[in-house]
Amino acid sequence: MFAASSLLGTFTQLGKQFEAAHPGVKVTFGFGASSTLATQIVNGAPADVFASASPTNMQQVITAGDASNPVTFANNVMEVAVPPANPAAVTSVDDLAKSSVKVALCQPQVPCGVTAAKAFKNAKITVKPVTLEPDVKSVLSKVELDAVDAGVVYVTDVRAAGTKVKGVQIPANLNASTAYPIAPISKSSNAATARAFAAYVASPAGESVLAAAGFEKP
Amino acid sequence: MDTADSVGTAATPSRLTARERARRAARGGGSRSAPAPLLAPALVAVAFLVLPLIGLVVRAPWARLGSVLSGSDATQALTLSLWTASVATVVSLVIGVPLAWVLARSSFPGQRLLRALVTLPLVLPPVVGGVALLLAFGRDGLVGRLLDSWFGLTIPFTPLAVVMAETFVAMPFLIITVEGALRSADQGFEEAAATLGASRMTVFRRVTVPLIAPSLGAGSVLCWARALGEFGATITFAGSFPGRTETMPIAVYYALETDPDAAIALSLVLLLVSVVVLVSLRDRWLRGGAAS
Repeated sequence: MFAASSLLGTFTQLGKQFEAAHPGVKVTFGFGASSTLATQIVNGAPADVFASASPTNMQQVITAGDASNPVTFANNVMEVAVPPANPAAVTSVDDLAKSSVKVALCQPQVPCGVTAAKAFKNAKITVKPVTLEPDVKSVLSKVELDAVDAGVVYVTDVRAAGTKVKGVQIPANLNASTAYPIAPISKSSNAATARAFAAYVASPAGESVLAAAGFEKP
Repeated sequence: MDTADSVGTAATPSRLTARERARRAARGGGSRSAPAPLLAPALVAVAFLVLPLIGLVVRAPWARLGSVLSGSDATQALTLSLWTASVATVVSLVIGVPLAWVLARSSFPGQRLLRALVTLPLVLPPVVGGVALLLAFGRDGLVGRLLDSWFGLTIPFTPLAVVMAETFVAMPFLIITVEGALRSADQGFEEAAATLGASRMTVFRRVTVPLIAPSLGAGSVLCWARALGEFGATITFAGSFPGRTETMPIAVYYALETDPDAAIALSLVLLLVSVVVLVSLRDRWLRGGAAS
């Protein structure tokens, strides 16, 4: 199971529930940036299912002939994460444009970087980050370590981090969202189980776990 | 007795030589050819090490090489890598050579522990080094906290952080090489200079350093090459931002997702640099710190 970093908590739980419902099945995960995972799959990585944080990276895999018939199972929007002490007193997304605020973003080709850029465009601000991280969890950990003043991550990441970060909401009219598709990989040697897991994620049981974490309905 | 002995000794070498010659002829190829059980695995090792490099050269976008490399990200990454590696090497020389001298020439309790600690970055996974640097010099770090409150200086995500990360992983190479050279150098020259009236610093400057110059050179080149190739510690401690902290290895890593041809072209450049380094060193570094 190759899944976007932002699905770490929810998919680990779904994996355990799936294993409980299907004795003899073991679900192992490779989490990372969707763009990195898509490149790996296209280059022959042994994945059975791919869950991407963006249709773009799923399309990359489909075009290479490694997947088909994706199903969108969730949506996610962005939020600004700040260290609990909020050293730069960030209260809105506009504060990120200030030169004194150290911002961490995802690399521009990673879904969280793409979606953050859309949100900035909506808010009509230019943000100059101090670092472009390989995936959303790296951005989150930079905020948790108080190495930066703010990071733009998904709302689900802020919720998953609990007390380690504080969230600064982005107004709905400015925010951008990204759709999460899931598809079994064509050359998987566990085709039936892969299809079953993909179906499970999109089922009401899967949806409830995702909703509890803060994901929006597809 | 002597005559018999001398006759015997005179006769034996020629008999042995003839026997030796026969043995060599039977082995077929001179006394230095490898026995078959060693040759086969050796060939596998050669193939394993060389095939990826051949793959890189064969798959390189030779036609587009110029345009790919002159793209702004590539030149920025190359420039940054070159100057940060050079600064890291200079810093390593300035603080590493004295430490190597202390380790080689003086003795004090805990010296062995100090040597182990100082060469730890050689075996430490680089990303662990990056995390450690962040915890020491990050904004919330042991020392970083003081730097931030006293001078408003934050180190992470700056070119200084890149230099520090590269120095952390590369300096031990220099220290080990120089310490080995100092140990095996003939101290007679230094003693002679001292008895002729030279002060200890003069002895160091005018006798010791020229004596170990070849190993100093080899250690510096090794240090520079290691600093150039650093990835894990730099990306963790300095982050990545084009032109400021995105070094060549990081640029290659990200280019794989966005423009694989650029990744291959940049890799080719790094491969070329590595080859030049090895050729300029020849077998000096393989001989460790021995002064030549």
